[in-house]
Amino acid sequence: MHSASQDRAPIYEALQKYKAMRIVPFDVPGHKQGRGNPELREFLGERCLSVDVNAMKPLDNLGHPVSVIKEAEELAADAFDAYHAFFMVNGTTSAVQAMIMSVCKQGDKIIMPRNVHKSAINALIISGAIPVYVNPGVNNALGIPLGMSISEVRKAMEQHPDAKAIFINNPTYYGICSDLKTITELAHQKGMFVLADEAHGTHFYFGENQPLNAMAAGADMAAVSMHKTGGSLSQSSFLLIGSRLNIGHVRQIINLTQTTSASYLLLSSLDISRRNLALDGKNIFAKVTSLANYGRDEINKIGGYYAFSKELINGDSIFDFDTTKLVVHTRDIGLAGVEVYDILRDNYDIQIEFGDIGNILAIISVGDRALALERLVSSLSEIKRLYMRDKTGMFDHEYITPDVVMAPQRAFYSEQHSLPIRDSAGQISGEFVMAYPPGIPILAPGERITEEIIDYIVYAKSKGSFLTGTEDMFIENIRVVGE
Amino acid sequence: MELWYTEQHTQNVRFTIKVDEQLYNGQSEYQRIDVFKSKEFGTFLTLDGLMMVTEKDEFIYHDMIVHVPMATNPGIKNVMVIGAGDGGTVRELTRYDSIENIDMVEIDKMVVDVCREYLPQTASKLDDPRVHLYFEDGLRFVRSKENTYDLVIVDSTDPFGPGEGLFTREFYGNCFKALKEDGILVNQHESPYYDEYAQAMQRAHKRIQEYFPICKVYQAHIPTYPSGHWLFGFASKKYDPVTDVKEETWNQLGIKTRYYNTDIHKGSFALPTYVKDLLTDTVE
Repeated sequence: MHSASQDRAPIYEALQKYKAMRIVPFDVPGHKQGRGNPELREFLGERCLSVDVNAMKPLDNLGHPVSVIKEAEELAADAFDAYHAFFMVNGTTSAVQAMIMSVCKQGDKIIMPRNVHKSAINALIISGAIPVYVNPGVNNALGIPLGMSISEVRKAMEQHPDAKAIFINNPTYYGICSDLKTITELAHQKGMFVLADEAHGTHFYFGENQPLNAMAAGADMAAVSMHKTGGSLSQSSFLLIGSRLNIGHVRQIINLTQTTSASYLLLSSLDISRRNLALDGKNIFAKVTSLANYGRDEINKIGGYYAFSKELINGDSIFDFDTTKLVVHTRDIGLAGVEVYDILRDNYDIQIEFGDIGNILAIISVGDRALALERLVSSLSEIKRLYMRDKTGMFDHEYITPDVVMAPQRAFYSEQHSLPIRDSAGQISGEFVMAYPPGIPILAPGERITEEIIDYIVYAKSKGSFLTGTEDMFIENIRVVGE
Repeated sequence: MELWYTEQHTQNVRFTIKVDEQLYNGQSEYQRIDVFKSKEFGTFLTLDGLMMVTEKDEFIYHDMIVHVPMATNPGIKNVMVIGAGDGGTVRELTRYDSIENIDMVEIDKMVVDVCREYLPQTASKLDDPRVHLYFEDGLRFVRSKENTYDLVIVDSTDPFGPGEGLFTREFYGNCFKALKEDGILVNQHESPYYDEYAQAMQRAHKRIQEYFPICKVYQAHIPTYPSGHWLFGFASKKYDPVTDVKEETWNQLGIKTRYYNTDIHKGSFALPTYVKDLLTDTVE
C-alpha cells in the first residue's frame, strides 16, 4: 500500500555521507564531533556525537526543508497516509500546540474533553483560544475518564456553532478511543477542524486490527508521539495534516516556537523508526499486542486485579480500546494505583508508566520482552500476597466536572495572589494542578476551586502522587485570580 | 593446531581449557549453546560462553545442591527444580526412593535436548517416571503454586541472561509461597570472590532473607567455576541445616557420594571471615 521507497531513510543516509566526507567543522555545535567534551563522548559514544551536527546544505534545514528533510517528510506522509508530515523535535507538546495555534486565534472557541494533556491547555494560554469542555464521562467502577459520546459532542456543537475546531484524544492515556469517524463527519458538516492528540497512538498507523487512526478517519491534524511506542528518541514526534490545511501556514506556526537548532539525533531517529515501522510494523505490533494480551490474562488469573480490555466497549464513549495498553485496576486489593506504582519501583526494580488513584499503566512497546513481562506479573502477584488490605475508605472517582469561570489565558495573566490550597475553596485558580504522569490537569487556570477538588488533591498527595503545576514546588499553596 | 576454550572470569582474568573437539554449537531462542570435548575435564557444556557443567567436576556441585537439603529433611517427597537443564540435580534426587515427585522447570528445551545427546552422565535420569519436565520460565511456573513443595532447588544460570528473573525479590517471594510450612529452598548462590559474582550473591541472599526465618550459606570447591569458590544459599521455614541434620538417618540410606558426607555437610557452613562480612553488608 505504501510506495516502494519506504526502505529509504534520507536523513540517515545523508548523515552517513556527511560522516564519510570528514568535514572540518567551523560551525556549531562547539563540541566539534565530541572532541571538545571527552567525558560526554565517552558516555554517549563517538558515533553519537559525530552526527550531533548543525543544519547545513547537504543535511537540509528543518525550518525550511528543501532536500533530505523534505524527502523524509514525504516518505513519512506516505507511511502514515497523511497529506503532509512534519518532523517535530520539541516534543509532542509542540505538535499539540501547533495544531491548536494553526486553527484557533485569540477568542476562538475549541471543543475538547477535559481530560486532555496539559500541553493542549498550555496552547490555550498561548493562543488565547477559549475551551468548550465536553464531559468525557467516567467509568465509576474503574475511576477512569472515557472518550467523548456522540450526544455530548453534538450538544456542544449545537451550543457553540462558532467553534473553530474539536480536539480529541485518540486514544486516551488509558487506551480509550472515541468514535472518531462520526465526530469528524459531524465537525466537518459544521465547518470545524478536527485535531487528534495521538501521543499514544503511533501503532494505530502500522499494526493490524488496531483502532482507527486520525488520518484514516478523515481528521485534519494529528500529533503522533513516535517516541512513545514507535521506537524513536524521546522528544521526537510527527505532526500529520490532511488536505484542508495549508502546509506553508502550519510550518509558519511550528516555526514560531520550534528550535532553529534541530537535533539530527532526533531527526534521524524519526527517519529510521518510520522506515522500521513502515517495513515491519505489522509484525512488531502483532507481537506487542500478544504480549499485552498475555500480561492481561496472567494478571487477571492472580485475582483481585482487573486488567481491562475490549469488553469495556460500549459503542459510544468507549468506542474502541487500544489493547497494547496494559492498564490494571488495583483498588479491589485495597491499594491505590500510585501505591502499587511505588512498590513496584522501590521493592521490585520495575518502572511503569503511571499509577493514578485506582489504576496502573504499563506501556508495552516495540522494545518489550516476555521475560520482563513475567517479572511484572509475578511482582503483582507478590504485592497482592504481601500488601492486600481492606478497600473501604478509598476514593472511587477520578473525574471532577470543571467550572470554567474565565478563559485560561485571561486567568493566567490576571492579577493573582497565593493562598494555602486548603483555604482556597470558591476561588478561581490562576495555575495548574496535576498528577504527573499522566499530566491531565485536576485544575486549570480559570477554573473554580471546590471542596471536592481540594479533597482530591489532599488524598492524591497522601497516597504519594507526584503532583506538579503550581509555582509552589510543595503544592501547599495555590495562586488564585484577584488582588 | 591447538584449540582452547577461554572463559572471561572477569574483565582481567581468563580461564582456559584445551579442547579436543567441539561436539555441538547451536543458538536457541534464549542463548548460545556449545558442547566441547577435552582431555582434562571430559565433555563440557557452556551457555553464552559461560561454563555450566563438566563431566569431571559436576559431581561436586550436584552433591552439594541436593544432599545438603535431603540430609536436613530426609522426609522430603515433593521437589521442584528450576533450571538444571543438564539433568545432574535430578539424577541425584532420583537416588532417594522416598521422593515421590520431581517437577523440573527449564526455560530452554534445547539445553535439555543437547544434554541428553552429549552429556548422558548428567541427563541419564530425566526419564525417571517421577520426573516431570516443564519447559517454561521458572518465574511463571512458580507463580501459581501454593503450599505445594517440600524442597525447591534453584539451579540456574547467572543472573545476566535468561536467568535474570530468578534472582529477583518476586521470584523468591513466589518460592516461599510455593513451599509447605517446613519447606526448604536451596539456591545456587554464585561466588563470593570476584566483585560481579559477589554482588549477585549478596543481592540473592538479602532477598531470600526477607522471606525465610532461617537463612544459611554453605560453600564448595568447584574447579571450573570462576575462582573455584562457590556458594549455595539454604533457606527454610523450619529446619536449621547445621543443628537439624539427620546424620544417622542419611548415612543409613547408603547413598554413595564422592564429595558429600555428613562431616562436610556441617563443615561447609563454616565460612571465611570475608564471606561472612559480605553476607552482613547491606547491599541494594
